[in-house]
Amino acid sequence: MYEIVAFYLFSVLTIGLFLVTVLSKNVLYAMTSLAAGMVLISGFFFILGADFLGVVQLVVYVGAIMALYSFAMMFFDATRDIKEKNTNPALVFILGGLSAFVLVLMFAAPIHSDAIVALYPMHDGIGNAQDVGMVLFTKYLIPFEVAALMLLVAMISGIILAGKKMDLSLTEDTSADDEIMTKKDEK
Amino acid sequence: METTLAGHAMETLPHVTWLGVLIKAVIILAVISAIAGFGTFIERKVLAFMQRRLGPMHVGPFGLLQLAADGIKLFTKEDIVPQNANRFIFMIAPIITAATAFIALSAVPVFPDFTIPEFIPLLGGTFVPSIAADLNIGILFVLGMMAAGLYGPLLAGMSQANKWGIIGAARTAVQFLSYEVVTGLSILAPIMLVGSLSFVDFNDYQQGGIGSWLIWQQPVAFVLFLIAGFAETNRTPFDLLEHEAEVVSGYATEYSGMRWGMFFIGEYANMITVSIIAAVVFLGGYSVEGIGWLFIILKVAFFFFLMLWVRASWPHIRPDQLMWLCWKVLMPIALINILITAIVILL
Repeated sequence: MYEIVAFYLFSVLTIGLFLVTVLSKNVLYAMTSLAAGMVLISGFFFILGADFLGVVQLVVYVGAIMALYSFAMMFFDATRDIKEKNTNPALVFILGGLSAFVLVLMFAAPIHSDAIVALYPMHDGIGNAQDVGMVLFTKYLIPFEVAALMLLVAMISGIILAGKKMDLSLTEDTSADDEIMTKKDEK
Repeated sequence: METTLAGHAMETLPHVTWLGVLIKAVIILAVISAIAGFGTFIERKVLAFMQRRLGPMHVGPFGLLQLAADGIKLFTKEDIVPQNANRFIFMIAPIITAATAFIALSAVPVFPDFTIPEFIPLLGGTFVPSIAADLNIGILFVLGMMAAGLYGPLLAGMSQANKWGIIGAARTAVQFLSYEVVTGLSILAPIMLVGSLSFVDFNDYQQGGIGSWLIWQQPVAFVLFLIAGFAETNRTPFDLLEHEAEVVSGYATEYSGMRWGMFFIGEYANMITVSIIAAVVFLGGYSVEGIGWLFIILKVAFFFFLMLWVRASWPHIRPDQLMWLCWKVLMPIALINILITAIVILL
């Protein structure tokens, strides 16, 4: 009973919040509803008894969306609405609708199958984290390691892109100030 | 009291009713809010004594009623929303800070568990648990919830159409992205030793007296966690978000009245949460026998005092220094610490 109430509550809230994310023209509303929706998705994991995954969802998305916010801060005035440039609304509608339809079909298909069994069911007595770890380091070891390698590559390339003047302190770097001064002198 | 806490979390679950959890939630809300208010007074007194001042003295004995005066002031002040601000986000931002701080407290052990005596009508015989929501992954949940709490300052700064506010919000993001890695990695080493994410298991692991406290096995992790905890609660060496001398009041510049007060209740509740985590994970936690609960209160009080002490003795640091410290110093140390711990466990 509690589960059903909680499920419908979380469903309505999540769908509503993500609708706001898509439809709102205000970057602050869009980001905030995205963050709130991601946090609420962890509720589904808790209802399913997958506490560990729920908390991972919480921790990961709170941090990830915080990084998105900082981009929004750099590029937009958060207190004003954004004028969107929709050059071809019909194409957007068709492509978006089609991909949404395909996704719904993909995820709804298992409803009509009886052959679904959990290959690695949860064990009573040992915690969630252990179960996830077992599956990660047996069946999904190679994808796991490949993902780790990709993240390492991404991190190194990020450092190389950003780290051209790493040995100089940003606050002590006076090159920008010098540039401004020379421009003033020219005037 | 004798049947619980010492045992595994699973054994306590059947006793806990929704009424007990509800009572616990009310107790946490009431007591921690009161402590948060009292904390501001203690902070001013401690800072004053360390700087050879007297602090608040005029209202009541030793200025004790200053608390009530401040409370009345906060509640009766006009609730101002700036003209160009994003009204809705501006108004919910303080609630996010306060709410997430209390949600985090729901998964840590606060006060001993007890059964309400039978002679009290309606509530008699209800068992009130020590941890309102005894999750098996308590530590991760608390850290995640405290991280979500930083959305309060972020949204507040971004919605208020004020340059100091937006700088405060940018600093929130910088601070969050810096310390979060250190918090997670520093606490990972003790988690590997104990082999569980539950506060109850951490507590049981260290029941053998002072010698079995995890601080002796993990001194590096303890120091790292403490530093990250200061950053997590915006305490002084890392209180970039509201550095009065640089950004007026940062994210809180445009706030007044109770909305401003809610940021502070959230901050003090977070201080208490970090203190409890440090006490349970590294300093042996609580014990159920006798006056064992007094000791965890003393430990928590010590960490609370430490935060005030550091505020009195250390200057602020700049945002780039914080990033430098977290990414270039603390994170490698934390990684090496994890590596050494793993090698020791395997050997």
